[in-house]
Amino acid sequence: MVIALIRRDLRRSVSSGGATLVVAFFLLVATLFPFAIGPDAALLARIGGGVIWTAALLAALLPVERLVGPDLEAGVFDQFVVRGMSIALVALAKTIAHWLSFGPPLMLAAVIAAALLNLSADTLLRVEIGLLIGTPGLAALAVATSALVAGVRGGGAVTGLVMLPLAVPLLIFGAGSLDPAGGAGAVKLLAAVSLVLVAGAPFLAAAAIRAGMD
Amino acid sequence: MSLAFRDVACMRGGRLLFSGVSFDLGPGDAAIVTGPNGVGKSSLIRIAAGLLAPFEGAVTCDADKALLTEASALDSDRTLIDALRFWAALDTAPAPDTRIAHALSALDLDALAGIPVRLLSTGQRRRAAIARVAASGAPVWLLDEPANGLDTVSIARLETLIAEHRATGGIALVATHLPLAIPHAQEIAW
Repeated sequence: MVIALIRRDLRRSVSSGGATLVVAFFLLVATLFPFAIGPDAALLARIGGGVIWTAALLAALLPVERLVGPDLEAGVFDQFVVRGMSIALVALAKTIAHWLSFGPPLMLAAVIAAALLNLSADTLLRVEIGLLIGTPGLAALAVATSALVAGVRGGGAVTGLVMLPLAVPLLIFGAGSLDPAGGAGAVKLLAAVSLVLVAGAPFLAAAAIRAGMD
Repeated sequence: MSLAFRDVACMRGGRLLFSGVSFDLGPGDAAIVTGPNGVGKSSLIRIAAGLLAPFEGAVTCDADKALLTEASALDSDRTLIDALRFWAALDTAPAPDTRIAHALSALDLDALAGIPVRLLSTGQRRRAAIARVAASGAPVWLLDEPANGLDTVSIARLETLIAEHRATGGIALVATHLPLAIPHAQEIAW
C-alpha cells in the first residue's frame, strides 16, 4: 500500500515539473550570493557551506503547497479514511516520496553550487553528508506544513512563515557540521533533529488533515 | 453485515442540522435521504463514512464502505483506467481488474478508459466516480448526489447498478435531491 502511495506521489511530482524547479531555484539562490558579496574567493569559500544550506531551505519551500492541499480538495484523503487507512502512514508515504523527488537532486545540485562558491572538496563532502541527514527531516516538515496550511486562503505566504522557523534547527546544525574542528557533534544533533521530525511530523500532518476535513 | 444510525445528531458551524436520525440497514437494503439543499444530506453521508463525528448518537457499520462525494478523487493527469486501478488496488476485495472491467461496462465507459481524467466532461467524470465505487467491491455504498450531472440514460444505468448491488446483498445509502428509482428504499427526511 505504501509503495503504491509513493509511486503515485512521485508520478504527480514528475508531471508537475518534478525536481527541475527546485534544483533551478536552489542554484539561482546559491548564485545570488557571489553577485551580492563580490568575487572574493576566500570569503565565498568560508560562507559557501552556509549559503548552500540556506538555498536548500528556500528551495525546499517551493513544492510545499502542492503536497497535501490538492489531494484534500480532490477528496483523496476522504477515500483514504473511508478505507480505514492510517493518515499518519499516508503522510509518511508522502514524506518518502517528497524526499525522493527533491533530496537526491538537491545533493547533485550541491556539487555544482560548491563549484560556483569555490568550496573545497572536504567542505563539499561535509555539505553532502549534512544534506543526506537533514533533507529527510526537511521533507517531513514540508509535508506537515503543507497539511497545516492546506485549508488556509493565501496559504502560499503563510507556508514560509510556518516552515522556515521550524527548519532553523536543521540550518544551525547543518551549517554547524561544516566546522572542521567541532563538526562531529553538530552532525549528531542534525541527525537527532531530522529523526524527531521524520518520526513526529507525520502524526502532526495527520491531525491537521483530519481537522481540515471537519 | 449492517449499517445503523442510533439517534444521530449533526452540528455544523454551531447550527443543529438534524437530530434523532435512526435507521438500520441490512443486506440488500437501501435508504434514500431527501430534502432541499443545505439540509444536511451530505453531512449525513460523511458521518456514515466516518469522516465526520456525530454530534450525538452512534453509527455502527461492520463492513467495508465505498464513498461517492462531489469530488471524484480521480487523478486528473492519469488515464481513467489507471486512476481507477490506483483505488482498486487499495481496496480489499480480490481481482481488481475484473471489478474495474465490470464497472466500466456497466457505466458505458469502456471507450473512455484510455482518456486522461481531466478531459472527461462533468457527467463522464461523475460516471467515472461511480465506477470507482462499483469497482471497490465494498458491501456498503454511500452515495452523495450520485445523479448530479447525469443524463437520463446514465441515471437508468445508475439505478440498475444500485439494484444489482442490492441483489448481491449490498447496502446503499443514497442522498439525492433528484428523483431516483430505488425500489423499497427507506425514506430518510427531517
